[in-house]
Amino acid sequence: MDTGAALALGDDALVLSHRLAEWAGHAPVLEEEVALANIALDLLGQARILLSMAGDEDELAYLREERAFRNLQLVEQPNGDFAHTIARQLLFSTYQRFLYEALAGDPVFGPLAVKAVKEVAYHQDHAEQWTLRLGDGTEESQGRMQRGLDALWRFTGEMFRPVEGLALNWQKLEERWLASVTAVIERATLRVPGGPRTGAWAAGAGREGLHTESFGRMLAEMQHLHRSHPGASW
Amino acid sequence: MATVTDAGQAAVDAAQAAHTAAFDAAVAADERIEPRDWMPDAYRATLVRQIAQHAHSEIIGMQPEANWITRAPSLRRKAILMAKVQDEAGHGLYLYSAAETLGTSREELLDKLHAGRQKYSSIFNYPTLTWADVGAIGWLVDGAAITNQVPLCRCSYGPYARAMVRICKEESFHQRQGYELLLTLSRGTEAQHAMAQDAVDRWWWPSLMMFGPPDDESSHSAQSMAWKIKRHSNDELRQRFVDICVPQAEALGLTLPDPDLKWNEERGQHDFGAIDWTEFWDVLKGNGPCNEQRISQRRKAHDEGAWVREAAAAHAAKKTARNEQEATA
Repeated sequence: MDTGAALALGDDALVLSHRLAEWAGHAPVLEEEVALANIALDLLGQARILLSMAGDEDELAYLREERAFRNLQLVEQPNGDFAHTIARQLLFSTYQRFLYEALAGDPVFGPLAVKAVKEVAYHQDHAEQWTLRLGDGTEESQGRMQRGLDALWRFTGEMFRPVEGLALNWQKLEERWLASVTAVIERATLRVPGGPRTGAWAAGAGREGLHTESFGRMLAEMQHLHRSHPGASW
Repeated sequence: MATVTDAGQAAVDAAQAAHTAAFDAAVAADERIEPRDWMPDAYRATLVRQIAQHAHSEIIGMQPEANWITRAPSLRRKAILMAKVQDEAGHGLYLYSAAETLGTSREELLDKLHAGRQKYSSIFNYPTLTWADVGAIGWLVDGAAITNQVPLCRCSYGPYARAMVRICKEESFHQRQGYELLLTLSRGTEAQHAMAQDAVDRWWWPSLMMFGPPDDESSHSAQSMAWKIKRHSNDELRQRFVDICVPQAEALGLTLPDPDLKWNEERGQHDFGAIDWTEFWDVLKGNGPCNEQRISQRRKAHDEGAWVREAAAAHAAKKTARNEQEATA
Protein backbone atom coordinates (compact mmCIF):
# COMPACT_ATOMS: atom_id res chain seq x y z
CA MET A 1 0.00 0.00 0.00
CA ASP A 2 1.09 3.57 -0.65
CA THR A 3 1.72 4.93 2.84
CA GLY A 4 1.37 8.62 1.91
CA ALA A 5 -2.32 8.89 2.75
CA ALA A 6 -1.94 7.06 6.08
CA LEU A 7 0.90 9.41 6.97
CA ALA A 8 -1.05 12.50 5.98
CA LEU A 9 -4.08 11.59 8.09
CA GLY A 10 -2.00 10.08 10.89
CA ASP A 11 0.27 13.12 11.17
CA ASP A 12 -2.73 15.47 11.30
CA ALA A 13 -4.09 13.51 14.26
CA LEU A 14 -0.71 13.09 15.97
CA VAL A 15 0.26 16.75 15.76
CA LEU A 16 -3.09 18.20 16.78
CA SER A 17 -3.26 15.74 19.67
CA HIS A 18 0.11 17.01 20.84
CA ARG A 19 -0.94 20.64 20.63
CA LEU A 20 -4.15 19.95 22.57
CA ALA A 21 -2.20 18.05 25.22
CA GLU A 22 -0.18 21.22 25.83
CA TRP A 23 -3.33 22.61 27.46
CA ALA A 24 -3.14 20.10 30.34
CA GLY A 25 -3.11 22.10 33.56
CA HIS A 26 -3.77 25.39 31.75
CA ALA A 27 -7.43 25.17 30.71
CA PRO A 28 -9.85 27.98 31.66
CA VAL A 29 -12.21 25.67 33.55
CA LEU A 30 -11.96 22.12 34.91
CA GLU A 31 -14.57 20.76 32.47
CA GLU A 32 -12.32 21.89 29.62
CA GLU A 33 -9.33 20.08 31.11
CA VAL A 34 -11.40 16.94 30.68
CA ALA A 35 -12.80 17.84 27.25
CA LEU A 36 -9.53 18.94 25.62
CA ALA A 37 -7.73 15.89 27.00
CA ASN A 38 -10.51 13.71 25.67
CA ILE A 39 -10.21 15.12 22.16
CA ALA A 40 -6.42 14.82 22.34
CA LEU A 41 -6.76 11.17 23.36
CA ASP A 42 -9.19 10.37 20.56
CA LEU A 43 -6.81 11.93 18.05
CA LEU A 44 -3.83 10.08 19.47
CA GLY A 45 -5.76 6.82 19.17
CA GLN A 46 -6.49 7.59 15.50
CA ALA A 47 -2.86 8.57 14.93
CA ARG A 48 -1.59 5.29 16.33
CA ILE A 49 -3.82 3.24 14.03
CA LEU A 50 -2.95 5.31 10.98
CA LEU A 51 0.79 5.42 11.62
CA SER A 52 0.81 1.68 12.24
CA MET A 53 -0.69 1.24 8.77
CA ALA A 54 2.39 3.04 7.42
CA GLY A 55 5.06 1.43 9.61
CA ASP A 56 6.18 1.42 13.24
CA GLU A 57 4.22 4.10 15.11
CA ASP A 58 7.08 5.16 17.36
CA GLU A 59 9.71 5.22 14.65
CA LEU A 60 7.43 7.37 12.56
CA ALA A 61 6.49 9.73 15.39
CA TYR A 62 9.87 10.06 17.03
CA LEU A 63 12.53 9.50 14.39
CA ARG A 64 11.34 11.45 11.37
CA GLU A 65 12.70 14.91 10.70
CA GLU A 66 10.42 17.87 10.29
CA ARG A 67 10.52 17.74 6.49
CA ALA A 68 9.17 14.18 6.48
CA PHE A 69 5.95 15.05 8.33
CA ARG A 70 2.86 15.23 6.10
CA ASN A 71 0.39 17.05 8.38
CA LEU A 72 -1.48 20.20 7.47
CA GLN A 73 0.10 23.42 8.62
CA LEU A 74 -3.18 24.24 10.37
CA VAL A 75 -2.81 21.53 13.04
CA GLU A 76 0.75 22.50 13.98
CA GLN A 77 -0.18 26.11 14.72
CA PRO A 78 0.54 27.00 18.37
CA ASN A 79 -2.44 27.06 20.75
CA GLY A 80 -2.65 30.80 21.28
CA ASP A 81 -5.53 31.70 23.60
CA PHE A 82 -8.57 29.50 24.15
CA ALA A 83 -10.44 31.16 21.26
CA HIS A 84 -7.54 30.48 18.90
CA THR A 85 -7.54 26.82 19.95
CA ILE A 86 -11.30 26.60 19.44
CA ALA A 87 -11.04 28.24 16.01
CA ARG A 88 -8.38 25.71 14.97
CA GLN A 89 -10.56 22.89 16.28
CA LEU A 90 -13.69 24.09 14.50
CA LEU A 91 -11.88 24.40 11.18
CA PHE A 92 -10.14 21.05 11.52
CA SER A 93 -12.86 18.91 13.13
CA THR A 94 -15.38 19.99 10.50
CA TYR A 95 -12.91 18.94 7.80
CA GLN A 96 -12.04 15.69 9.53
CA ARG A 97 -15.68 14.80 10.04
CA PHE A 98 -16.62 15.22 6.39
CA LEU A 99 -13.42 13.54 5.28
CA TYR A 100 -14.06 10.46 7.42
CA GLU A 101 -17.70 10.37 6.36
CA ALA A 102 -16.56 10.31 2.75
CA LEU A 103 -14.04 7.57 3.52
CA ALA A 104 -16.58 5.27 5.20
CA GLY A 105 -16.67 2.93 2.20
CA ASP A 106 -12.94 3.07 1.48
CA PRO A 107 -11.34 -0.40 1.39
CA VAL A 108 -8.25 0.77 3.32
CA PHE A 109 -9.47 3.56 5.58
CA GLY A 110 -13.16 2.62 5.89
CA PRO A 111 -12.97 0.67 9.17
CA LEU A 112 -11.04 3.45 10.91
CA ALA A 113 -13.19 6.19 9.39
CA VAL A 114 -16.45 4.62 10.56
CA LYS A 115 -15.22 4.42 14.13
CA ALA A 116 -13.42 7.75 14.19
CA VAL A 117 -16.25 9.77 12.70
CA LYS A 118 -18.26 9.24 15.89
CA GLU A 119 -15.46 10.74 17.96
CA VAL A 120 -14.93 13.57 15.52
CA ALA A 121 -18.63 14.47 15.50
CA TYR A 122 -18.25 15.13 19.21
CA HIS A 123 -15.11 17.23 18.64
CA GLN A 124 -16.94 19.29 16.06
CA ASP A 125 -19.91 19.78 18.34
CA HIS A 126 -17.64 20.85 21.19
CA ALA A 127 -15.88 23.40 18.96
CA GLU A 128 -19.19 24.63 17.56
CA GLN A 129 -20.72 25.15 21.01
CA TRP A 130 -17.70 27.12 22.13
CA THR A 131 -17.63 29.16 18.92
CA LEU A 132 -21.24 30.15 19.66
CA ARG A 133 -20.51 30.95 23.31
CA LEU A 134 -17.43 33.00 22.56
CA GLY A 135 -18.80 34.67 19.43
CA ASP A 136 -22.10 35.57 21.07
CA GLY A 137 -20.69 36.09 24.56
CA THR A 138 -18.92 39.27 25.66
CA GLU A 139 -17.28 41.92 23.53
CA GLU A 140 -13.88 40.59 24.54
CA SER A 141 -14.66 36.98 23.69
CA GLN A 142 -16.15 37.98 20.36
CA GLY A 143 -12.99 39.90 19.46
CA ARG A 144 -10.77 37.00 20.44
CA MET A 145 -12.85 34.44 18.55
CA GLN A 146 -12.84 36.60 15.44
CA ARG A 147 -9.08 37.10 15.63
CA GLY A 148 -8.59 33.35 15.99
CA LEU A 149 -10.60 32.64 12.86
CA ASP A 150 -8.94 35.45 10.94
CA ALA A 151 -5.45 34.25 11.84
CA LEU A 152 -6.07 30.62 10.88
CA TRP A 153 -8.20 31.13 7.79
CA ARG A 154 -5.22 31.19 5.44
CA PHE A 155 -4.27 27.66 6.48
CA THR A 156 -7.60 26.14 5.42
CA GLY A 157 -7.12 25.99 1.65
CA GLU A 158 -4.53 23.29 2.06
CA MET A 159 -7.07 20.86 3.45
CA PHE A 160 -8.64 20.33 0.05
CA ARG A 161 -5.56 19.63 -2.00
CA PRO A 162 -5.99 16.04 -3.18
CA VAL A 163 -4.03 13.47 -1.20
CA GLU A 164 -2.71 10.59 -3.24
CA GLY A 165 -4.33 7.34 -2.17
CA LEU A 166 -7.62 8.94 -1.09
CA ALA A 167 -10.27 8.60 -3.78
CA LEU A 168 -12.50 11.55 -2.89
CA ASN A 169 -14.40 14.34 -4.51
CA TRP A 170 -12.27 17.10 -2.97
CA GLN A 171 -14.29 19.89 -4.47
CA LYS A 172 -17.47 18.57 -2.91
CA LEU A 173 -15.68 18.14 0.42
CA GLU A 174 -14.60 21.75 0.29
CA GLU A 175 -18.12 22.97 -0.52
CA ARG A 176 -19.58 21.01 2.40
CA TRP A 177 -16.88 22.30 4.73
CA LEU A 178 -17.31 25.92 3.69
CA ALA A 179 -21.10 25.77 4.03
CA SER A 180 -20.90 24.20 7.49
CA VAL A 181 -18.20 26.49 8.84
CA THR A 182 -19.92 29.57 7.40
CA ALA A 183 -23.21 28.64 9.09
CA VAL A 184 -21.55 28.24 12.49
CA ILE A 185 -19.58 31.47 12.17
CA GLU A 186 -22.69 33.41 11.21
CA ARG A 187 -24.79 31.91 14.03
CA ALA A 188 -22.01 32.96 16.38
CA THR A 189 -22.51 36.56 15.16
CA LEU A 190 -19.00 36.53 13.67
CA ARG A 191 -17.71 37.36 10.19
CA VAL A 192 -16.43 34.75 7.77
CA PRO A 193 -12.83 35.91 7.28
CA GLY A 194 -12.32 37.73 4.00
CA GLY A 195 -8.72 36.81 3.26
CA PRO A 196 -7.46 34.16 0.87
CA ARG A 197 -7.50 30.57 2.08
CA THR A 198 -3.93 29.98 1.00
CA GLY A 199 -1.00 32.02 2.23
CA ALA A 200 1.94 33.31 0.23
CA TRP A 201 3.71 30.12 1.28
CA ALA A 202 3.08 27.36 -1.27
CA ALA A 203 -0.46 26.01 -0.93
CA GLY A 204 -0.52 22.43 0.25
CA ALA A 205 2.88 22.94 1.81
CA GLY A 206 2.36 20.79 4.93
CA ARG A 207 1.38 17.76 2.91
CA GLU A 208 4.63 18.20 1.00
CA GLY A 209 6.72 18.45 4.17
CA LEU A 210 7.05 22.21 4.34
CA HIS A 211 6.05 23.46 7.76
CA THR A 212 5.94 26.62 9.84
CA GLU A 213 8.72 27.61 12.22
CA SER A 214 7.09 26.62 15.50
CA PHE A 215 6.70 23.02 14.30
CA GLY A 216 10.41 22.26 14.61
CA ARG A 217 10.35 23.29 18.25
CA MET A 218 7.29 21.18 18.89
CA LEU A 219 9.05 18.15 17.43
CA ALA A 220 12.23 18.88 19.37
CA GLU A 221 10.26 18.66 22.59
CA MET A 222 8.25 15.64 21.51
CA GLN A 223 11.21 13.63 20.22
CA HIS A 224 14.10 14.51 22.51
CA LEU A 225 13.72 11.82 25.17
CA HIS A 226 13.07 9.04 22.70
CA ARG A 227 16.05 10.11 20.60
CA SER A 228 18.31 10.42 23.65
CA HIS A 229 18.16 6.67 24.22
CA PRO A 230 18.60 5.02 20.82
CA GLY A 231 17.17 1.52 20.70
CA ALA A 232 15.69 1.62 24.20
CA SER A 233 12.16 0.36 24.82
CA TRP A 234 9.74 2.26 27.01
CA MET B 1 -33.25 41.18 66.79
CA ALA B 2 -35.82 39.07 68.64
CA THR B 3 -34.95 38.13 72.16
CA VAL B 4 -35.18 34.51 73.09
CA THR B 5 -37.10 33.70 76.22
CA ASP B 6 -35.71 31.18 78.66
CA ALA B 7 -38.39 28.71 77.61
CA GLY B 8 -37.57 29.28 73.96
CA GLN B 9 -33.86 28.76 74.60
CA ALA B 10 -34.59 25.55 76.44
CA ALA B 11 -36.57 24.28 73.46
CA VAL B 12 -33.70 25.15 71.11
CA ASP B 13 -31.22 23.38 73.38
CA ALA B 14 -33.44 20.31 73.55
CA ALA B 15 -33.77 20.17 69.77
CA GLN B 16 -30.01 20.56 69.43
CA ALA B 17 -29.43 17.75 71.90
CA ALA B 18 -31.84 15.50 70.01
CA HIS B 19 -30.09 16.25 66.71
CA THR B 20 -26.70 15.57 68.22
CA ALA B 21 -27.87 12.32 69.74
CA ALA B 22 -29.36 11.17 66.41
CA PHE B 23 -26.16 12.11 64.56
CA ASP B 24 -23.93 10.36 67.11
CA ALA B 25 -26.10 7.25 66.94
CA ALA B 26 -25.98 7.18 63.14
CA VAL B 27 -22.18 7.49 63.16
CA ALA B 28 -21.89 4.83 65.86
CA ALA B 29 -24.09 2.47 63.82
CA ASP B 30 -21.90 3.03 60.74
CA GLU B 31 -24.77 4.66 58.90
CA ARG B 32 -24.04 7.24 56.24
CA ILE B 33 -24.65 10.92 56.87
CA GLU B 34 -26.31 12.47 53.80
CA PRO B 35 -26.38 16.11 52.65
CA ARG B 36 -29.89 16.83 54.00
CA ASP B 37 -29.20 15.26 57.40
CA TRP B 38 -28.45 17.45 60.37
CA MET B 39 -24.74 17.50 61.21
CA PRO B 40 -22.60 19.42 63.70
CA ASP B 41 -21.05 22.57 62.24
CA ALA B 42 -17.57 21.34 63.10
CA TYR B 43 -18.20 18.04 61.25
CA ARG B 44 -19.27 19.99 58.16
CA ALA B 45 -16.27 22.30 58.42
CA THR B 46 -13.87 19.37 58.81
CA LEU B 47 -15.30 17.64 55.76
CA VAL B 48 -15.19 20.79 53.64
CA ARG B 49 -11.56 21.31 54.63
CA GLN B 50 -10.59 17.71 53.88
CA ILE B 51 -12.56 17.36 50.63
CA ALA B 52 -11.30 20.73 49.39
CA GLN B 53 -7.72 19.78 50.15
CA HIS B 54 -8.24 16.52 48.31
CA ALA B 55 -9.86 18.23 45.29
CA HIS B 56 -7.07 20.82 45.19
CA SER B 57 -4.50 18.01 45.32
CA GLU B 58 -6.06 16.43 42.25
CA ILE B 59 -5.88 19.57 40.15
CA ILE B 60 -2.46 20.72 41.37
CA GLY B 61 -1.27 17.13 40.96
CA MET B 62 -1.96 17.41 37.24
CA GLN B 63 0.99 19.79 36.88
CA PRO B 64 4.00 17.61 37.71
CA GLU B 65 2.70 14.86 35.44
CA ALA B 66 1.52 17.11 32.63
CA ASN B 67 5.13 18.30 32.67
CA TRP B 68 6.01 15.06 30.83
CA ILE B 69 3.08 14.58 28.45
CA THR B 70 4.73 16.45 25.61
CA ARG B 71 7.96 14.48 26.07
CA ALA B 72 6.55 10.98 26.67
CA PRO B 73 8.93 8.61 24.90
CA SER B 74 6.39 6.38 23.14
CA LEU B 75 2.88 6.93 21.86
CA ARG B 76 1.53 4.21 24.14
CA ARG B 77 3.02 5.90 27.21
CA LYS B 78 1.80 9.25 26.01
CA ALA B 79 -1.77 7.96 25.76
CA ILE B 80 -1.56 6.40 29.24
CA LEU B 81 -0.22 9.60 30.76
CA MET B 82 -2.77 11.83 29.04
CA ALA B 83 -5.57 9.58 30.27
CA LYS B 84 -4.16 9.70 33.78
CA VAL B 85 -3.95 13.47 33.90
CA GLN B 86 -7.48 13.62 32.52
CA ASP B 87 -8.67 11.27 35.29
CA GLU B 88 -7.21 13.66 37.83
CA ALA B 89 -9.24 16.52 36.41
CA GLY B 90 -12.27 14.22 36.63
CA HIS B 91 -11.49 13.41 40.27
CA GLY B 92 -11.28 17.13 40.94
CA LEU B 93 -14.76 17.48 39.47
CA TYR B 94 -16.32 14.75 41.65
CA LEU B 95 -14.65 16.09 44.76
CA TYR B 96 -15.67 19.71 44.21
CA SER B 97 -19.19 18.36 43.67
CA ALA B 98 -19.00 16.43 46.95
CA ALA B 99 -17.97 19.68 48.67
CA GLU B 100 -20.92 21.45 47.03
CA THR B 101 -23.28 19.04 48.80
CA LEU B 102 -22.02 20.65 52.01
CA GLY B 103 -22.96 24.10 50.78
CA THR B 104 -19.58 25.32 49.51
CA SER B 105 -19.15 26.23 45.85
CA ARG B 106 -16.22 25.27 43.65
CA GLU B 107 -15.58 28.96 42.96
CA GLU B 108 -15.24 29.69 46.67
CA LEU B 109 -12.85 26.79 47.19
CA LEU B 110 -10.71 27.73 44.20
CA ASP B 111 -10.49 31.30 45.50
CA LYS B 112 -9.22 29.94 48.81
CA LEU B 113 -6.67 27.75 47.07
CA HIS B 114 -5.44 30.66 44.98
CA ALA B 115 -5.22 32.88 48.04
CA GLY B 116 -3.16 30.24 49.86
CA ARG B 117 -5.90 29.77 52.49
CA GLN B 118 -6.47 26.11 51.69
CA LYS B 119 -3.81 23.50 51.12
CA TYR B 120 -3.13 20.66 48.72
CA SER B 121 -0.92 17.64 49.26
CA SER B 122 2.67 18.77 49.76
CA ILE B 123 3.95 15.94 47.59
CA PHE B 124 3.15 18.00 44.50
CA ASN B 125 5.63 20.63 45.59
CA TYR B 126 8.42 18.33 44.43
CA PRO B 127 9.57 18.55 40.81
CA THR B 128 9.37 15.82 38.14
CA LEU B 129 12.90 15.87 36.78
CA THR B 130 13.02 12.79 34.57
CA TRP B 131 10.61 10.49 32.77
CA ALA B 132 11.06 7.91 35.54
CA ASP B 133 9.41 10.35 37.95
CA VAL B 134 6.15 9.64 36.14
CA GLY B 135 6.56 5.99 37.13
CA ALA B 136 7.62 6.80 40.67
CA ILE B 137 4.60 9.04 41.15
CA GLY B 138 2.32 6.28 39.92
CA TRP B 139 3.88 3.60 42.07
CA LEU B 140 4.68 5.50 45.27
CA VAL B 141 2.53 8.64 45.33
CA ASP B 142 -0.60 7.00 43.98
CA GLY B 143 0.20 3.96 46.11
CA ALA B 144 0.34 6.11 49.25
CA ALA B 145 -2.81 7.93 48.17
CA ILE B 146 -4.66 4.62 47.76
CA THR B 147 -3.52 3.43 51.19
CA ASN B 148 -4.94 6.67 52.59
CA GLN B 149 -8.07 6.67 50.49
CA VAL B 150 -9.35 3.11 50.55
CA PRO B 151 -10.56 3.55 54.15
CA LEU B 152 -12.31 6.77 53.01
CA CYS B 153 -14.68 4.65 50.92
CA ARG B 154 -16.21 3.85 54.33
CA CYS B 155 -16.18 7.46 55.49
CA SER B 156 -19.31 8.49 57.42
CA TYR B 157 -20.25 11.19 54.89
CA GLY B 158 -22.09 9.53 51.99
CA PRO B 159 -21.18 11.72 48.98
CA TYR B 160 -17.48 11.70 49.89
CA ALA B 161 -17.45 7.94 50.48
CA ARG B 162 -19.13 7.30 47.12
CA ALA B 163 -16.76 9.62 45.24
CA MET B 164 -13.87 7.77 46.83
CA VAL B 165 -15.05 4.38 45.57
CA ARG B 166 -14.73 5.54 41.98
CA ILE B 167 -11.51 7.46 42.59
CA CYS B 168 -9.83 4.49 44.26
CA LYS B 169 -10.62 2.23 41.31
CA GLU B 170 -8.95 4.66 38.92
CA GLU B 171 -6.04 5.31 41.28
CA SER B 172 -5.26 1.65 41.54
CA PHE B 173 -5.13 1.50 37.75
CA HIS B 174 -2.69 4.44 37.78
CA GLN B 175 -0.57 2.75 40.38
CA ARG B 176 -0.23 -0.42 38.31
CA GLN B 177 0.70 1.65 35.27
CA GLY B 178 3.38 3.49 37.26
CA TYR B 179 4.78 0.22 38.54
CA GLU B 180 4.86 -1.24 35.04
CA LEU B 181 6.61 1.89 33.72
CA LEU B 182 9.32 1.55 36.40
CA LEU B 183 9.66 -2.17 35.77
CA THR B 184 10.27 -1.51 32.07
CA LEU B 185 12.93 1.07 32.93
CA SER B 186 14.51 -1.09 35.59
CA ARG B 187 14.87 -3.97 33.11
CA GLY B 188 15.90 -1.66 30.27
CA THR B 189 19.26 -0.13 29.46
CA GLU B 190 21.73 0.85 32.17
CA ALA B 191 20.76 4.49 31.77
CA GLN B 192 17.07 3.65 32.11
CA HIS B 193 17.68 1.57 35.22
CA ALA B 194 19.67 4.42 36.78
CA MET B 195 16.89 6.83 35.92
CA ALA B 196 14.35 4.60 37.71
CA GLN B 197 16.55 4.24 40.80
CA ASP B 198 17.17 7.97 40.99
CA ALA B 199 13.44 8.67 40.84
CA VAL B 200 12.68 6.19 43.63
CA ASP B 201 15.49 7.69 45.71
CA ARG B 202 13.92 11.13 45.39
CA TRP B 203 10.25 10.15 45.86
CA TRP B 204 10.45 7.59 48.66
CA TRP B 205 10.71 9.89 51.67
CA PRO B 206 8.24 12.50 50.45
CA SER B 207 5.79 9.64 49.83
CA LEU B 208 6.11 8.50 53.45
CA MET B 209 5.37 12.07 54.52
CA MET B 210 2.07 11.93 52.61
CA PHE B 211 0.49 10.14 55.57
CA GLY B 212 0.87 13.29 57.62
CA PRO B 213 2.66 14.00 60.87
CA PRO B 214 3.17 11.30 63.50
CA ASP B 215 0.02 10.50 65.47
CA ASP B 216 1.07 12.46 68.54
CA GLU B 217 1.50 15.65 66.45
CA SER B 218 -1.54 15.35 64.22
CA SER B 219 -3.97 18.11 65.14
CA HIS B 220 -7.19 16.90 63.52
CA SER B 221 -6.83 13.15 63.88
CA ALA B 222 -8.67 12.30 67.09
CA GLN B 223 -11.89 14.12 66.24
CA SER B 224 -11.89 12.81 62.66
CA MET B 225 -11.49 9.25 63.93
CA ALA B 226 -14.40 9.73 66.35
CA TRP B 227 -16.57 10.98 63.48
CA LYS B 228 -15.47 8.07 61.30
CA ILE B 229 -14.24 10.45 58.63
CA LYS B 230 -10.89 8.86 59.27
CA ARG B 231 -10.56 5.16 60.12
CA HIS B 232 -6.87 4.57 60.79
CA SER B 233 -4.11 6.70 62.26
CA ASN B 234 -1.37 8.30 60.16
CA ASP B 235 1.30 6.02 61.57
CA GLU B 236 -0.78 2.86 61.02
CA LEU B 237 -1.31 3.74 57.37
CA ARG B 238 2.34 4.68 56.88
CA GLN B 239 3.42 1.32 58.29
CA ARG B 240 0.98 -0.51 56.04
CA PHE B 241 2.39 1.35 53.01
CA VAL B 242 6.01 0.52 53.87
CA ASP B 243 5.12 -3.15 54.30
CA ILE B 244 3.45 -3.19 50.87
CA CYS B 245 6.30 -1.40 49.11
CA VAL B 246 9.26 -3.44 50.31
CA PRO B 247 8.48 -6.62 48.34
CA GLN B 248 7.37 -4.54 45.34
CA ALA B 249 10.72 -2.73 45.27
CA GLU B 250 12.47 -6.09 45.31
CA ALA B 251 10.38 -7.29 42.39
CA LEU B 252 11.24 -4.09 40.56
CA GLY B 253 14.96 -4.68 41.11
CA LEU B 254 15.24 -1.27 42.80
CA THR B 255 16.31 -0.32 46.30
CA LEU B 256 14.54 1.94 48.76
CA PRO B 257 16.86 4.68 50.08
CA ASP B 258 16.68 3.75 53.76
CA PRO B 259 19.60 1.89 55.40
CA ASP B 260 17.45 1.23 58.48
CA LEU B 261 14.72 -0.52 56.57
CA LYS B 262 14.48 -4.15 57.74
CA TRP B 263 11.97 -6.81 58.68
CA ASN B 264 11.15 -6.96 62.37
CA GLU B 265 10.21 -10.54 63.13
CA GLU B 266 8.76 -9.68 66.50
CA ARG B 267 6.41 -6.97 65.21
CA GLY B 268 5.71 -8.76 61.96
CA GLN B 269 6.33 -5.43 60.22
CA HIS B 270 9.24 -3.51 58.76
CA ASP B 271 11.24 -1.08 60.83
CA PHE B 272 12.20 2.01 58.94
CA GLY B 273 14.41 5.06 59.45
CA ALA B 274 13.47 8.40 60.93
CA ILE B 275 11.55 10.77 58.68
CA ASP B 276 12.92 14.28 58.31
CA TRP B 277 9.93 16.17 59.68
CA THR B 278 11.78 19.46 59.37
CA GLU B 279 11.54 19.06 55.62
CA PHE B 280 7.86 18.16 55.87
CA TRP B 281 6.94 21.28 57.88
CA ASP B 282 9.13 23.43 55.71
CA VAL B 283 7.46 22.31 52.48
CA LEU B 284 4.05 22.64 54.13
CA LYS B 285 4.85 26.22 55.07
CA GLY B 286 5.51 27.04 51.44
CA ASN B 287 9.25 26.52 51.15
CA GLY B 288 9.28 23.41 48.97
CA PRO B 289 10.98 23.38 45.59
CA CYS B 290 7.77 24.04 43.61
CA ASN B 291 5.20 25.64 45.96
CA GLU B 292 5.46 29.00 44.27
CA GLN B 293 5.49 27.55 40.76
CA ARG B 294 2.46 25.29 41.29
CA ILE B 295 0.23 27.95 42.75
CA SER B 296 1.24 30.61 40.26
CA GLN B 297 0.53 28.30 37.32
CA ARG B 298 -2.88 27.55 38.84
CA ARG B 299 -3.64 31.23 39.33
CA LYS B 300 -2.42 32.07 35.86
CA ALA B 301 -4.66 29.43 34.25
CA HIS B 302 -7.59 30.70 36.31
CA ASP B 303 -6.96 34.38 35.60
CA GLU B 304 -6.33 33.83 31.91
CA GLY B 305 -9.53 31.80 31.73
CA ALA B 306 -11.66 34.50 33.36
CA TRP B 307 -12.80 35.96 30.04
CA VAL B 308 -13.85 32.48 28.85
CA ARG B 309 -15.98 31.87 31.93
CA GLU B 310 -17.48 35.35 31.62
CA ALA B 311 -18.30 34.72 27.96
CA ALA B 312 -19.98 31.40 28.78
CA ALA B 313 -22.08 33.09 31.48
CA ALA B 314 -22.98 36.00 29.18
CA HIS B 315 -23.96 33.63 26.39
CA ALA B 316 -26.10 31.52 28.72
CA ALA B 317 -27.86 34.67 29.97
CA LYS B 318 -28.54 35.84 26.41
CA LYS B 319 -29.93 32.43 25.52
CA THR B 320 -32.23 32.39 28.54
CA ALA B 321 -33.45 35.89 27.70
CA ARG B 322 -34.14 34.86 24.08
CA ASN B 323 -36.02 31.75 25.20
CA GLU B 324 -38.14 33.80 27.59
CA GLN B 325 -38.88 36.32 24.88
CA GLU B 326 -39.97 33.54 22.55
CA ALA B 327 -42.11 31.98 25.25
CA THR B 328 -43.95 35.26 25.94
CA ALA B 329 -44.25 36.26 22.28
